[in-house]
Amino acid sequence: MLDYIQGYLSSNLTPGQAGNVFWVTVYILIVFGGISVAVIAMNWLERKALAHFQVRLGPMRVGPHGLLQPIADAIKLLTKEDIIPSGADTFVFWIAPLIILCAAFTVYIVVPFGPTHAITDLNIGILFMLGVASLSVLGIVMAGWASNSHYPLIGALRSSAQMVSYEVAMGMAVVSAILMTSLHGLGMYGVAAKSTGTGTLSMIEIVKMQQEQQVWFLFKFFPLGLIAFAIFAIAMVAETNRAPFDLPEAESELTAGFHTEYSGLRWSLFMLGEYAAMIAVSSIAVTLWLGGWMRPFPHWLAGETWDLVFSLFPGLTFLGLAAIAFIGVARMPKHPYFKIQTAGLGGFGAVLGLIGVVLFVPLVRDRIQDIYWFAAKVAVFMYLYIWYRATWPRYRFDQLMKVGWKVLLPIAIGVLILTAILGVVL
Amino acid sequence: MTDATKYLSHLELGEPDQTFLDSNELIINMGPQHPATHGVLRVILKLDGEKVLGTECVIGYLHRGVEKIAEHRTYTMFNPYVDRMDYVAAVSNGLGYCEAIEKLLNIEAPPRANYIRVILTELNRLASHMLWLGTHALDIGAMTPLFYTFRDREEILKIFEKYCGARLTTHAFRIGGCQYETYEGFERDVQNFLKFVPPKIDEYEELLTTNRIWLERTRGVGLISAKDCIALGVTGPVLRASGVKWDIRKAKPYASYSDFDFEIPTGQNGDTYDRYLVRMREMRQSLRIIEQAVGKIPEGPIMAKVPKVLKPPVGEIYHSIEAPKGELGYFVVSDGSTQPYRVRVRPPSFVNLQALDLMVRGQLVADVIAVIGTLDIVLGEVDR
Amino acid sequence: MQPVATTFFFYLLSGLAILGGALVITRRNPVHSALALIMTLLAQAGLYLMLYAPFVAGVQIILYAGGIMVLFLFVIMLVNIEKAQKQEQFNKQWLVGIAAAAALGVLFVLVYMKGKALFPERALQLPEQSNTQEIAVLLYGQYMFAFEIASLLLLVAIIGAVVMAKKRI
Repeated sequence: MLDYIQGYLSSNLTPGQAGNVFWVTVYILIVFGGISVAVIAMNWLERKALAHFQVRLGPMRVGPHGLLQPIADAIKLLTKEDIIPSGADTFVFWIAPLIILCAAFTVYIVVPFGPTHAITDLNIGILFMLGVASLSVLGIVMAGWASNSHYPLIGALRSSAQMVSYEVAMGMAVVSAILMTSLHGLGMYGVAAKSTGTGTLSMIEIVKMQQEQQVWFLFKFFPLGLIAFAIFAIAMVAETNRAPFDLPEAESELTAGFHTEYSGLRWSLFMLGEYAAMIAVSSIAVTLWLGGWMRPFPHWLAGETWDLVFSLFPGLTFLGLAAIAFIGVARMPKHPYFKIQTAGLGGFGAVLGLIGVVLFVPLVRDRIQDIYWFAAKVAVFMYLYIWYRATWPRYRFDQLMKVGWKVLLPIAIGVLILTAILGVVL
Repeated sequence: MTDATKYLSHLELGEPDQTFLDSNELIINMGPQHPATHGVLRVILKLDGEKVLGTECVIGYLHRGVEKIAEHRTYTMFNPYVDRMDYVAAVSNGLGYCEAIEKLLNIEAPPRANYIRVILTELNRLASHMLWLGTHALDIGAMTPLFYTFRDREEILKIFEKYCGARLTTHAFRIGGCQYETYEGFERDVQNFLKFVPPKIDEYEELLTTNRIWLERTRGVGLISAKDCIALGVTGPVLRASGVKWDIRKAKPYASYSDFDFEIPTGQNGDTYDRYLVRMREMRQSLRIIEQAVGKIPEGPIMAKVPKVLKPPVGEIYHSIEAPKGELGYFVVSDGSTQPYRVRVRPPSFVNLQALDLMVRGQLVADVIAVIGTLDIVLGEVDR
Repeated sequence: MQPVATTFFFYLLSGLAILGGALVITRRNPVHSALALIMTLLAQAGLYLMLYAPFVAGVQIILYAGGIMVLFLFVIMLVNIEKAQKQEQFNKQWLVGIAAAAALGVLFVLVYMKGKALFPERALQLPEQSNTQEIAVLLYGQYMFAFEIASLLLLVAIIGAVVMAKKRI
């Protein structure tokens, strides 16, 4: 048993590549569980962060500082009556959220949390991710149609038109990043060491190329990498139907969203799919432009000591969170009614602190580095999503489509052409 | 469906296009219950795809028969009722009514009362515009300004509460002046408010005025020309944003407005963005007026000599003031008894709502909600 | 990596594809037919994967299942389909239809039997890495002209769609 684990830890292939069914299953379970926890945490964070942006507190009563609110929401949604509109096509009504959910979760097969920390590494990784993400459009169209009502159908058609349009711009931006993987020059405007290189669509190889070229693709051929990243960042917000592109699911507009007729557990599946899709497209952005699992400044600040300094970050992060929890405990009202909440928050802080201490152990520290930096970068994107929602009004539908086709797409094609030219010339 | 077509018979319902995609004109009902209609307003839209071909507003859901009630109440008894019409800017309603009756009785409110009236009315204008801003931004999708404006509106409501005991339906004025003397610390509270609010207004402007999404949603939306405004009788910020410099506070000053120095902001195009800018600038001008007024409230009585039982001479009078939403007018007919023969209120929102049809023709469905928000209607006033 | 349980997956995927095809033509509801077609297309993508053509599989999912089928569903949902559901699924000519299908089936079997020698014994062991690159080299090198013509064709289709739709707005 022990050398089984030892054998896994010392291999340099992902479990899928090694063909090891046991570890693949373990990985799938870990990723599935991790993403579910992430979605729940994201739900809580969204409500709290949005509330703080709006000068209010957000959930405070269910659990200390509302930490148990997502669980209360889940219980409420599970126990709600399951209403199927009359005249609705039951089979399609039932299968639509499942398609969205499966599409959103299947994408995580190729997400690289580290050089060997992926379920598998398809050599068409990025193509697979884009393809499976586009399957969720089918789920939306079916959800709108199966509701047998005028407004959800219009909402679903609008939503899917929006997603399909922004997939084009996304694809162009992705292609220009893929182009950069075939270069071999080092640094921002690298001079090619060899005459031609072979690019790759594999997610892990893309990050390894960024490592080899010693620059994040964000800064490659500055500002082309930055513009491509910006296009992808905007398109991915539109792809997941989030503000400011959330007209199809806005409440105060005339045509309600495609999930109007869904209640209870089915609706929560939609939300689960939406958050999972958000994390998935953020993972694509992080992998393609932000250097995936690489720690910041791997070449400028190289060497043993810097490695050590950066490897302390995971533990420090969790200790910081634990400190925040304990500050919250200190600020709790001193009233008998709040005893349980204070104890709960203290326990939560203790757990975070314990995780932080465990992450200082050298054995764990080395393995956790890649996963930590990847997750930290994705977390930044999640916070940006919430920030966008709090700040900006929403686009009208025709303006939304205009931005997608007339602004993003020409810029993306321009960036692609310029990247190609620079890649050949330099 | 048939109910709606009866209403829309004056809009020519055409033949459906004979293409294979079989699209006819669609009639959609924005029902009385809708998150964005600012009350119980029913709008029936005739659409061609996304474009609006015509609208019909069905009102009356909030009709309470206020004007009929007035015929059976004495003049002083009717005073609290007027607050309930435009409940967002209740103080202005009271001001208009009291001044109308004072004109009928040939009484002048003393200067101190006039200054207090001006301060409270301008505070109320600020509160009304803040509420408008929050709800309008929410309709267009920006959630955050709503919470900011409501938080700042709290300060105004606190002042009202300290002054007369009520936050919203204040019944602040009486016929002949004010009932309550300013409380201890009134000037200090207002001065603090004047220091506290301008950075907040800057904050709202920072969030919205130069935001590209806000500009795209509001520029060119809901256009109305000055000629159409005047033809329909539209007043208030809507009229001023179309370029007409008409403000009753300057044109026919009442209640000591002539003592103060302020500007009337106007716009050029008459679109939603101009109305937004006009109202933001009006907020700052209101602050200017309050600043000038609160420094030099004259001493003296707050109530003129008014007989105990009000029996105005036979006659009629129309008196209008510049409410936050437009020209609020009272046409009072007296037959010599203690109860008015007729009180007819000219609500600004009712007249402005007529412009909705003109403003949304040819625009898209999502703009209808923006335009309803920018007209700043309050159904209590529309229906009375 | 070595493929696992090839025979099982082949039969599974082919079975799904054939089942999907059968469902497409037998369902009353056009939306169910479209869903069955999606199942067929996804099974076909799996078969491409088994033939060591991952790029074609990926593109199949993106374009066919994720793009073209969405358009199919759009059209089905926008057009009034209640009439189609009430119609007879099999008309009076079904005997002739079965005879024609049987003739076609006999033709297929004859072709297979005669040409059995031409089919290779096992699938070619093409190395996986080169599928994307092979396609790219061929498409942008040897078949560049055809590629451009195809994109021109798509451009004409887009313009045609815009012209047809714009007339009514």
